Amino acid sequence: MSAANAPLLQLSSVAKSFGAVRALRGVSFDLRAGEVHALLGENGAGKSTLIKVITGAHQPDGGTLAMDGGLLEKLSPAAARKLGIACIYQQPALFPDLAVAENIALRLESGGALRKVDWAARRLQAVGLLERIGADISPDAEVRSLSMPEQQLVEIACAIGSGARIVIMDEPTASLTRKEVALLFAVVRDLRSRGVGVVYISHRLEEIFELADRVTVLRDGQSVGTCPVSGMTEAGLIKLMVGREVAQLYPPAEGVAGQVVLALKQLGCAAGGVKNVSLEIRAGEIVGLAGLVGAGRTELARVLFGITPADSGEISLNGRSITVASPQDAVGQGIAYVPEDRRRHGVILEMHIAQNMSMAIHSRIFPAAWLRDGAEARLAQEFIRNLGIKAYGPQAPGGSLSGGNQQKVSLARWLATRPKVLILDEPTQGVDVGAKSEIHKIIRRLAMEGLAVLMISSDLPEVLGMSDRIAVMRGGTITALLPGKSEAHAVMAAALGQNP
Amino acid sequence: MKRYFRELSVAGALLILLLVLALFAPAFFQPQPLRSLLTREAPTLVVACGMAFVIIIRQIDISVGSQFAVCSVCAGLLAALKWPLVLVLPASVALGALMGAFNGMLVAGLRLPSIVVTLATMVTWREALRWQRQGQFVNLPDNLQWFGLSQSGGQWTLIGAALVVLTLLAWATRHLAAGRFIYAIGSDAEAARLAGLRPQSTTFAVFVFMGALVGLAAMMNVVQSPQVDPKSGSGLELKVIAAAVVGGVAVSGGRGRLWGVFAGLLLLACISPALTHFHVEAYWEKAIQGAIILLAVVADGVRSRKQIR
Repeated sequence: MSAANAPLLQLSSVAKSFGAVRALRGVSFDLRAGEVHALLGENGAGKSTLIKVITGAHQPDGGTLAMDGGLLEKLSPAAARKLGIACIYQQPALFPDLAVAENIALRLESGGALRKVDWAARRLQAVGLLERIGADISPDAEVRSLSMPEQQLVEIACAIGSGARIVIMDEPTASLTRKEVALLFAVVRDLRSRGVGVVYISHRLEEIFELADRVTVLRDGQSVGTCPVSGMTEAGLIKLMVGREVAQLYPPAEGVAGQVVLALKQLGCAAGGVKNVSLEIRAGEIVGLAGLVGAGRTELARVLFGITPADSGEISLNGRSITVASPQDAVGQGIAYVPEDRRRHGVILEMHIAQNMSMAIHSRIFPAAWLRDGAEARLAQEFIRNLGIKAYGPQAPGGSLSGGNQQKVSLARWLATRPKVLILDEPTQGVDVGAKSEIHKIIRRLAMEGLAVLMISSDLPEVLGMSDRIAVMRGGTITALLPGKSEAHAVMAAALGQNP
Repeated sequence: MKRYFRELSVAGALLILLLVLALFAPAFFQPQPLRSLLTREAPTLVVACGMAFVIIIRQIDISVGSQFAVCSVCAGLLAALKWPLVLVLPASVALGALMGAFNGMLVAGLRLPSIVVTLATMVTWREALRWQRQGQFVNLPDNLQWFGLSQSGGQWTLIGAALVVLTLLAWATRHLAAGRFIYAIGSDAEAARLAGLRPQSTTFAVFVFMGALVGLAAMMNVVQSPQVDPKSGSGLELKVIAAAVVGGVAVSGGRGRLWGVFAGLLLLACISPALTHFHVEAYWEKAIQGAIILLAVVADGVRSRKQIR
């Protein structure tokens, strides 16, 4: 293939692993000049990793990248930018304390640290670029004072100013209003008409049909198909995204759900972006909370646990209305929350696992505020045995354990509070397969012992395999309640806001 | 063993220094100068214990020197008004706690950075005192010095008091839930909050306690001389922070032991007399102390890098 008709960007069999996790397993992808190419896939399908390979942030383990037919080797972020590859992230990466013109200048100007700054030219350049994309933003405004979409427009101005030939947009419309979306689309179409290749990532299928020329679907780190958008239907795309069997075996649900333990009525929290959530969870029931990243699932958990207390609606526990204004309240009422990201918010790595486990129940096992090592060690030993934690004893530092075992320690801390409601946030994220199925068994056993479990998970097979019922969130509220034996594409369709 | 490596290495360094002194400068161990040295360091030890808590909870308090001066002068003035010691001591402790509460309110209540807050209070207390006293010393009644005991009796009382405070606090960090809270919050405030602890009120309490200990230490200093110098306590904050850091308290919070701080304090305090006995010029003292602090910080830095890997 000669350089003249080679695609603008060509990825062939690109692979990338992080430890044991194979994020990309041979993805091929091509982008032509003057097209909008959408990239679609569920959470964890490998979209972000693929972008990072293109922008030089990650080095692929295998496969090749080529631009205009020429191989790109050892691509670094700086080199990628020089080649005209620009990426606009969902959260703009601007300097909030600097003016718009300075932000643009930082990206575009080169030269030594001691060169003289031409402020007038800087400003003129910024005005020109902002005008070109039809953005009504003052070049002297501090970026901090701009709204999220305005910041995105500044990012786009940077990309255009740098003469980018490839622009990657990662969910650019996630926080935009309809009007702003229309403006953004006009800018994207303008880019396309100038021969720029745009990689467009979005969970909103209707946008893809409106804007994109072709679409590539990723699933489990592989591309499962690239096709022109004109020949596709929404149902077809959803099928491509989820089309797989639930490979793992999940523990069976036995027994029947009991009384309603937790009932939410029209629950809302403006600060957390949660609105109008109504849900009931019964004793012995696992309710899976599905949805895309940013749908408000963790935010809902934080409201229930009193981290960002609810400002409207009602929470009732065993039929009694309660207020949860702080985590202490929640623990006192019998609500436990095993947070996402255990390394940051769960296990304290410097402390013993016994100390970690007693953290939430100090006042109970140490009545007069005296620490009693014996009581603590007994508690820890019981959980180590019960949950099958692999550690040399209660005195092992939290940081010495594997991910799965840390997760069990985090779980033990909350089980020690003897909760009635257990909220799990991504309970098996970053945990290896063996530990994952152990944790699943533990969760099911806890439910059978009468706990009401709310399980947030981005792992669709896990939601389908574990849940007795599935609540799907979108835009901060629950949009669908599905039975546990639902089909994957029904859940995905609800998460994407489609009517199946 | 590995867990306390940092503390043990400081204790080891101190032992080696004492051994060298015992072999080559036995004069260092003459009872009277040694007792004087320990008496001088007794108030510093009390303040260093409080500072250890402040640093473990991942804050800093550089206003302790100024608090110390304010407490000393006020205690002196009250004593000059013929208040008995049993009232002056609690008054000094309460005043310290009040100043600590002011810091705590700004740091924990308004969530301002502690370095800036305590920098402001450090300057404010010090200047207010200078304006009020105009550099004048406070003359104390005769019966206050050494609590009215003989000099050696008073010195032993002060050394004993400091050791009792150290022992009690070391025990409390290990056996009271409050001690655990401080470590947990210093390691990871967000995880601690999610576990139902109260990072803000605990931080406030630690600042109050720091102030109270300063009040006690000020009193321990006042009884050592017939007058109170309004400039007393200058540089105290640096001495106690240095002792804590050398003694293995991690500036990043969540780690440190009081007996390590004790060893660190003694190590730094012995440098000056050791130099005298080895006939090295006293100018070297600060340089050597600086080198020890640097070594401690580098050791911690290397350690935490290894942990990340």
